[in-house]
Amino acid sequence: MNNKEVKRVTDYDMQQLIGQVLRYGVLISGLVAIVGGIWYLYQQGSGIPNYTVFHGEGEGYTSLTGIINGLGKGSATEIIQLGVVILIATPIIRIVFSLVAFGLERDKLYVLITMIVLSIILFSTFGGLSI
Amino acid sequence: MTILTFTLILLLGAYLAGLAGSLTGLGGGVVIIPLLTLFFHVDIRYAIGAALVASIATSSGSASAYVKEGITNIRLGMFLEIATTAGAVMGAILAIYTPVNIVAILFGVTLIFSAAMTMRKKHEGLLAEGSKLSYVLKLNSSYPTKDGVVDYKLKNIGGGFSIMTLAGMLSGLLGIGSGALKVLAMDSAMRVPFRVSTTTSNFMVGVTAAASAVVYLQRGYIDPGIAFPVIIGVLAGAFTGSKLLMKIDVKWLKIIFSFAITLIALNMIYNGFNHKF
Repeated sequence: MNNKEVKRVTDYDMQQLIGQVLRYGVLISGLVAIVGGIWYLYQQGSGIPNYTVFHGEGEGYTSLTGIINGLGKGSATEIIQLGVVILIATPIIRIVFSLVAFGLERDKLYVLITMIVLSIILFSTFGGLSI
Repeated sequence: MTILTFTLILLLGAYLAGLAGSLTGLGGGVVIIPLLTLFFHVDIRYAIGAALVASIATSSGSASAYVKEGITNIRLGMFLEIATTAGAVMGAILAIYTPVNIVAILFGVTLIFSAAMTMRKKHEGLLAEGSKLSYVLKLNSSYPTKDGVVDYKLKNIGGGFSIMTLAGMLSGLLGIGSGALKVLAMDSAMRVPFRVSTTTSNFMVGVTAAASAVVYLQRGYIDPGIAFPVIIGVLAGAFTGSKLLMKIDVKWLKIIFSFAITLIALNMIYNGFNHKF
C-alpha cells in the first residue's frame, strides 16, 4: 500500500469518526436533559416561572463542582445542567478527535492549528474562572 | 402561567425554531431570543444562554450528516475556528461591559443583516487558480455533487479570516451562531462553493458557541428550566427540518421567514432604544 492510499483512508475515517462523535454527543445530551426535565417538572411543574429578573451566579448549577454535588443528591436542575455540559463538551471532544486524526495523518501544520483552537477554548474554560 | 405550561409552550417554540432554523440555514438561536424576550418577557441574558445552547444543538445535530457525506471542508473549518473562537472569547468578555439594551439593538441589526443575506444571489463560478496561502494551508479541496466530484480553489484567505473574527465576536456577545456572517466570509471573500460554505459554517458554529458557553454557564446565563425544553425542542425541530429539506422548495419559506425576522428585529431595536430590557 503506498502513502497516498493510507492518507485517503484516514481522511475518510476522520469524517466518519467526527460524524459519530457529534451524533452520539447530541443524543446522550438530549436523553440526560429529558430525564432531568421530567424529574424537574414532577417536582416543580406547578410553580410559577420567574425569569423577568436576572439572578446570575450563585446557584449550584453554575459550576462544575456544584453540578457534581447536585447530581449526588439527585437534584433535577443539576441533571439537566449535566446534559448542557455534555452538549457543550461535544464540539470540544470533536476537536480532540481531529487532533489525533491529523496526528495519524502526519499533518504537522494542522496538528498545530488544531492545538491553537483547543488552547483558546481551554483558556476560556479555565482561565481565571471558577471551576 | 405555571412552569409546566411555560415548558410546553417553550418546547413547541423551540421545535419551530429548530425547524425554521435548519430549513433556512439561519440556525436555532435567532428565533429563541425574540421568543423568550418579547413573548415571555424573560431577561435577555437568560435568552442569550438559551440561544447558545440552541446553536450548539443545531450545529452538532446537523453537522454529523454533512461531515459524513464529505461536503464539509474540515481543514478550512479548523483553520477559521482560530478566528471564531478567539473572537467568541473577546465577545464573551465584551458582554460583561455592554448594557443589555445595546445587546438587544445589536441583535436586531444582526437579524436584519442575516435576513438580507438569505435573500441575496449566490456566487456560482469556481476559481481555477487559488491564492498562494490557500496552497500553503491546504484549503483547496473538492466536494460531491449530483454531477460528480467538483474541485474548488480559494482566494483572499486573510479577508475571510478577519470577517470570521468579527463573526466570532458577535456570536460570543449575542449567543447566536452568526452563520450569515460566516457564509459571507467564505462565500463572497474566499469563494468557497455555496454548499461547502453553509455546511462548513454550520460545522464551526458548535465550536464557536462552546468557546463562550462555559463562560456563560458560570455566569448563570444558562438556566436549567429554560435549557431543557430548548435542547429537546431544537434537536427534534432540526431533525425534522433535515428530513423535509430534501422534499420541499424552501424559496418561499425563506422569503416569509426573512420578512418575519425583520419585523422581530425592528421590535427588538425599538425596545432597545426605549430601555425595555
